[in-house]
Amino acid sequence: MSLEVSLRHRFGAFALDVSFVARGKVTALFGPSGAGKTSVVLAVAGLSRPRQGRIAVDGRVLADTAAGRFVPPERRRIAVVFQDARLFPHMSVRDNLLFGWRRAAAKADAATIAGVVDLLGLERLLDRDPRRLSGGEKSRVALGRALLSSPDMLLLDEPLAALDAARRGEILPYLERLAREARLPMLYVSHQVEEVARLADEIVVLENGRVKVQGSVFDLLTDVDAAAGVPPLGAVFEATVAEHRADGLSVLAFDGGVLYVRRLGRETGTRLRVRLRAEDIMLAREEPRAISANNVLPCTVKAVRLHGEEADVQLRCGATRLVARITQSSCRRLGIEPGAAVYAVVKSLTVEREAPETPASSTASS
Amino acid sequence: MSGILTPAESEALLLSLRVSSVAIACAMPFAFLAALFLARARRFAGKSLFDGLVHLPLVLPPVAVGYLLLVVFGARGPLGAWLLENFAIRFVFSWTGAALASALITFPLQVRAIRLALEGSDAALGEAARTLGARRLDRLLNITLPLAVPGIVSGAITAFAASLGEFGAIITFVSNIPGETQTLPLAIYAALQAPGGEVEAARLCALSIALALVFVTAAEFAGRRLRR
Repeated sequence: MSLEVSLRHRFGAFALDVSFVARGKVTALFGPSGAGKTSVVLAVAGLSRPRQGRIAVDGRVLADTAAGRFVPPERRRIAVVFQDARLFPHMSVRDNLLFGWRRAAAKADAATIAGVVDLLGLERLLDRDPRRLSGGEKSRVALGRALLSSPDMLLLDEPLAALDAARRGEILPYLERLAREARLPMLYVSHQVEEVARLADEIVVLENGRVKVQGSVFDLLTDVDAAAGVPPLGAVFEATVAEHRADGLSVLAFDGGVLYVRRLGRETGTRLRVRLRAEDIMLAREEPRAISANNVLPCTVKAVRLHGEEADVQLRCGATRLVARITQSSCRRLGIEPGAAVYAVVKSLTVEREAPETPASSTASS
Repeated sequence: MSGILTPAESEALLLSLRVSSVAIACAMPFAFLAALFLARARRFAGKSLFDGLVHLPLVLPPVAVGYLLLVVFGARGPLGAWLLENFAIRFVFSWTGAALASALITFPLQVRAIRLALEGSDAALGEAARTLGARRLDRLLNITLPLAVPGIVSGAITAFAASLGEFGAIITFVSNIPGETQTLPLAIYAALQAPGGEVEAARLCALSIALALVFVTAAEFAGRRLRR
């Protein structure tokens, strides 16, 4: 898919001047609050009319002020999951879910509906009053309602921001599964690096109403350069389940070596995303022996960036980039500088474990 | 009922109920549209004028409203003559005229309640409905209207209760004809005019009080139930 956005608008003192083309399956719109993320979402959805600009999805022009074209939201086929869910209080959960479906030109078939209900664990909520749902349940229903309207694109405006950490952990696996399974392009608004690392393929970073930088999630979140506009997470890369060993470990192969993780409920050959936090990577100048960590990766130092008391060390392991965050004193003591060979000791890493089965088990599995 | 009430009394009671029901039901769709316009339209000079016009029956003496109705809908009035000639509809000296007068007097009460409900309901839900493919009329019928139901019901009940007490506009417009236009308040007035009618007036007055209490309580109850 491609989403072309070019907008100029003024809201009082705030000027929005944003222009980007997103080609990722899941594009994250990232930035601090007040950066203009929601303004972009409203314009793409058609809920606000830009003073000047053009918006197109896969070449279909939805708004073009120069040509005087404006497709109203009800004909855009762009579903929105709002931060506050916006469920219709006078309808059951079932009627909420089917609201967009009933109005779609190309209706999803019964199997698809059952699939969405299953994917989001909505079965036992169908006859409930939406006002009596928990925050996490509301988000899931809002997501299901958007999916069933058979949209060309899904906009998610910080769908998790109103939720506490536990509820967030309840929804994220669903979104993750959706991002992997659905063939639906998504624009995901967030100011949480972790969320973005889990879900997005591409990131557009907004700041003060402008695009600061745009790039792949694998590049931007593993870059020590502050100009990237996103604090580096550590490492985000794809790996393949290579083997399930008899000792209870699974082997993941990636572009740079292998990782050992506790047994995964995934078939060998499955591609999945691995995330490492910079704080969870220790560095050693010599290969550590007799160590409890399962994963020690030989790396080369590419760059070091100092900030505050810390040093962010840009590493390369084969073709994969990692960032380790250590103290500046360790950095000096170990003589870490560009070109040095080091061993990265991975204290912990996160992979998408099993796809969530039921809402009850998903809370624990995240 | 005939055991407690005399035939004349129950006739006045039933007529009151009929006049008020018809008045409120017929005015309701217009009240909804007026409230929708007032809640949604942007501010402009015509809107304030319309708002004032809607509220006019609330501030005008009911006798003046009755007089204006007589001028417009009377047998020789412009609208009255036309209706009589083309549709054989006659408001003067008829219970339908009493309903028309009641509808007009209580119109602002319905509009105000519905308008409050519309303004209080979340515009964000309409936006959500739009992104799900609902067009204007669709949204009006399936989102706006159902969400305004509490306001519509409480407005209707309040207007109904107020309509039961309407006197000035009815007596001016359609006169005081027993069995046709003599609602409870008019019957009380007639009883007071007759020599030795104080007891009858007191009985009718008690009946009015009972009726009013029933409807005010019903409004309270319905309002609470619907707002949950």
